[in-house]
Amino acid sequence: MLDSHLLSLLIGLPLLGGMLVLATGGDKNAPEARVLALVCSLVVLGLSVVLYQKFALGTSKMQFVELYDWIRVGSLRANYHLGVDGISMPLIVLTSFMTLIVVIAGWEVIQYKVAQYMASFLFMQGLMNGVFAALDAALFYVFWEAMLIPMFIVIGVWGGPRRVYATIKFFLYTFFGSVFMLIALLYLAIQIGGFDILQMHSVKLSMQEQVLIFIAFLLAFAVKVPMWPVHTWLPDAHVEAPTGGSVILAAIMLKLGAYGFLRFSLPITPDASQALDGLMISLSLIAVVYIGFVALAQQDMKKLIAYSSISHMGFVTLGFFIVWSIGRSQGNYHGAVMGIEGAMVQMISHGFVSGAMFLCVGVMYDRMHSRMINDYGGVVNTMPVFAAFAVLFAMANAGLPGTSGFVGEFMVILSSFKANFWYAFAAASTLVLGAAYTLWMVKRVIFGAVANDRVAKLSDINSREFFFLGLLSLMVFVFGLYPAPLLDAMDATVTDLVRHITQSKLLPGG
Amino acid sequence: MPLIFTQLQLALPEIVLLGSTCLVLIVDLFVSERSRGITYILAQMALLAVFITLLATSVGKTSDAFSHTFVRDALGDTLKLFVALSCSVVFLYAKNYLKTRDIPFGEFYVLGLFGVLGMMILISAASLLTVYLGLELLSLSMYAMVALQRDSVTASESAMKYFVLGAIASGMLLYGMSMIYGMTGSLELATINTKVLEHQHDIVMMFGLVFVLVGIAFKFGAVPFHMWVPDVYQGSATAVTLYIGTAPKIAAFAMLIRLLVDGLLGLQSEWRDIVIVIAIASMAIGNVVAIAQSNIKRMLAYSTISHVGFLMLGVLAGTPEGFASAMFYTLVYTLTALGSFGMVILMSGYGFEAEHLDSFKGLNQRSPWFAFIMLILMFSMAGVPPFLGFFAKFMVLKSVVAIDLVWLAALAVVFSIVGAFYYLRIVKLMYFDTAQDSHSLEISTDMRLLMSVNGLLVLLLGLKPDWILDLCIRVFPLA
Repeated sequence: MLDSHLLSLLIGLPLLGGMLVLATGGDKNAPEARVLALVCSLVVLGLSVVLYQKFALGTSKMQFVELYDWIRVGSLRANYHLGVDGISMPLIVLTSFMTLIVVIAGWEVIQYKVAQYMASFLFMQGLMNGVFAALDAALFYVFWEAMLIPMFIVIGVWGGPRRVYATIKFFLYTFFGSVFMLIALLYLAIQIGGFDILQMHSVKLSMQEQVLIFIAFLLAFAVKVPMWPVHTWLPDAHVEAPTGGSVILAAIMLKLGAYGFLRFSLPITPDASQALDGLMISLSLIAVVYIGFVALAQQDMKKLIAYSSISHMGFVTLGFFIVWSIGRSQGNYHGAVMGIEGAMVQMISHGFVSGAMFLCVGVMYDRMHSRMINDYGGVVNTMPVFAAFAVLFAMANAGLPGTSGFVGEFMVILSSFKANFWYAFAAASTLVLGAAYTLWMVKRVIFGAVANDRVAKLSDINSREFFFLGLLSLMVFVFGLYPAPLLDAMDATVTDLVRHITQSKLLPGG
Repeated sequence: MPLIFTQLQLALPEIVLLGSTCLVLIVDLFVSERSRGITYILAQMALLAVFITLLATSVGKTSDAFSHTFVRDALGDTLKLFVALSCSVVFLYAKNYLKTRDIPFGEFYVLGLFGVLGMMILISAASLLTVYLGLELLSLSMYAMVALQRDSVTASESAMKYFVLGAIASGMLLYGMSMIYGMTGSLELATINTKVLEHQHDIVMMFGLVFVLVGIAFKFGAVPFHMWVPDVYQGSATAVTLYIGTAPKIAAFAMLIRLLVDGLLGLQSEWRDIVIVIAIASMAIGNVVAIAQSNIKRMLAYSTISHVGFLMLGVLAGTPEGFASAMFYTLVYTLTALGSFGMVILMSGYGFEAEHLDSFKGLNQRSPWFAFIMLILMFSMAGVPPFLGFFAKFMVLKSVVAIDLVWLAALAVVFSIVGAFYYLRIVKLMYFDTAQDSHSLEISTDMRLLMSVNGLLVLLLGLKPDWILDLCIRVFPLA
């Protein structure tokens, strides 16, 4: 019973919980809203642990499949079709984990419209789980777009001074990308007479069709990841969003774009992906190197982390698209699996690390109401425990061995060596750049003499803050020292994916 | 049963409506100012009677009456049901608004009912003359409704504009009809359709087609015949705008289907190009100009224009599925427009018109529930899932992609992104800004209830759009 509806529960419970939280009404019932949100996110996290435990390793088949009729009129066939494989399962667990963190992080900080705040995050959780679990393109699109609404509200209501600009930019930017994907999905649906994503994987398409569909997908996913040059919404959105919004944005929403590449672009249009992989690799490397330099120049901590996110996500897309260069230079695809797996590990790790970094900035912002690096200095003197966490996460962000940040980067660089020395060279520059911008920020903010009176008056983190930062640092170490569970979970799926995408889908003679 | 009774039975809903409207007209003369509620109740009962007779006399097969001038088919019945339903909602939303203002109460309902009669005749038209008859009955009622606020300068001005432009459009339509009649020798749409192919390359036929299209475009408010829409929407009392902006769109859709599909399907390759131009221009001008508006009624007027452009895409696909998607779009638009104009009425207090966009500021603080309802409506209009408006766009795009006009679909979605901006602005005003006045809203219970149902329907039907889609697809049998 539980097994056959687990995914529905992971989607439905947060949505239901969100409605219940909304029903608590105004701010006089804020404590109830908080507790309800906490209970709900705990239950969902528990369910996703069940999902992880019952997930069968060694198969690339979809698991926990649910299939019901959804819309069935005329020539329209859309199903309520859910299922997870090794790619989506870890992301669902990550979503559940980060939502719990966000609920705890917003506990005392948010005092205005508490119920709406908590409900927004629960809604987002349900919708994001829906995106990861959907195996029907129409259903996927519904979750994909609906998710924008709560985020739009979160940035707009609880955000900083330029929140309106940032949130409208965020919405329109992502909406712009997605609508072209809708047309591509409709086109594919007409070809196969339904919206089943797995059927789309096997449809034969001519090169021209593939290229156009690839570009339509690229618009949607590149904006979401975000890839250079369509990344400009992200720094704005991050800077203006409340801490919780930044965390979810960085930890999960960016991963949705990367997930889209794996679920749609690569398997549906492998030949176009192969033909355009040079473009994709170039864009990824520009993100890694150029955005790394941009991050170096930032004065605003949140903006710096935002740019660092873009740079790290460049690694992810690099890992996805080096498959064919490996094939070209090696004559076989050994190492391609490692590239994609490294990218996946990087996604999960970046979810924890960037989320944690934003939470650290949030902890300081709650006390000082400033995100400017110049306003800080010598925080370690007044907040020693916090400083320890901040330095740890900074190290993870810079890819220190032993932390989760290292594993993904290392795997991607290693496999890009098999593709081309210069790819690896450019990618490896992030080890220097990432360390430079992160540690330089840490040096200016955390270390040194106490910069001003306000820093001198800072109080160290309380037990609530200690709890969520501690939880995150635990994850950073676990995946840094022992990433095997994650790799095992995704191995079969990624291997199968590489086998699938390295076979041409062109019609004979097409 | 004698033939005449069979025929009268087909038109029974219209006859019932005519009778009960006359009854309302007479009763309204004798009720005192204090008991005006009776007129309202009678008007609702009239619509209920129409609803019941429509269902009771529905035959399920296409049959015509009165020498092939009047047709009763599944398409007509479905559209009429929705017209009656949406007018009933309009009447309820309008009730308190009219009571607190110096607008003739009884006249609004009587004219409204006559308008419904016009719409129903238009929907059932099987000949060019019946089209014209229904259209004029509807239009004249609406001209008068706009002019109801006779002391208001803007209302008189927009009534005048509406009347003059409407008369020109009717003239053009008649002119076009006369040419088609001249070429085919028949007023019956079915006969015209069989003969039209013989005259496919005839210049007079083309002129006839173009003039008929002008008439249709004017009724819909499609570019370049949209000039009246913003002025009339803004100038009329909000209750009248609500009426004009909802059910008549369904009638206009019926007119388009009757003329272009039932009558001139043979010229499809000719009218498709014209409709493409109209659709693109409507989406472009509607969406872009709406951004510059600060009056919400005017903004919604331009948004209507853009939606009309979008639904034309479904029509120009020319497939049964395309027509069905256009019909679905029309119905969904009507439901959303009912809610949106309803919200404008709901926000307007005694002697206060919530016409300026700023009056929506901080609605989330004043009434979180209705802010949420408006949020649903706005995101639905913008075409964001999971709301119903998304599926309307989805179906239309699907039928456009199915006939390989992918570029047109891409253009349409680009304009809908432009459109998303001004809907987002309303959400921004409601949620991100602080309220200018902190009075809680005074809303009657029936309005409160229906408004909530209206908004939630847009959400819930969006989660499962099957049955309403199914209705639309079933009335366009695969030819």
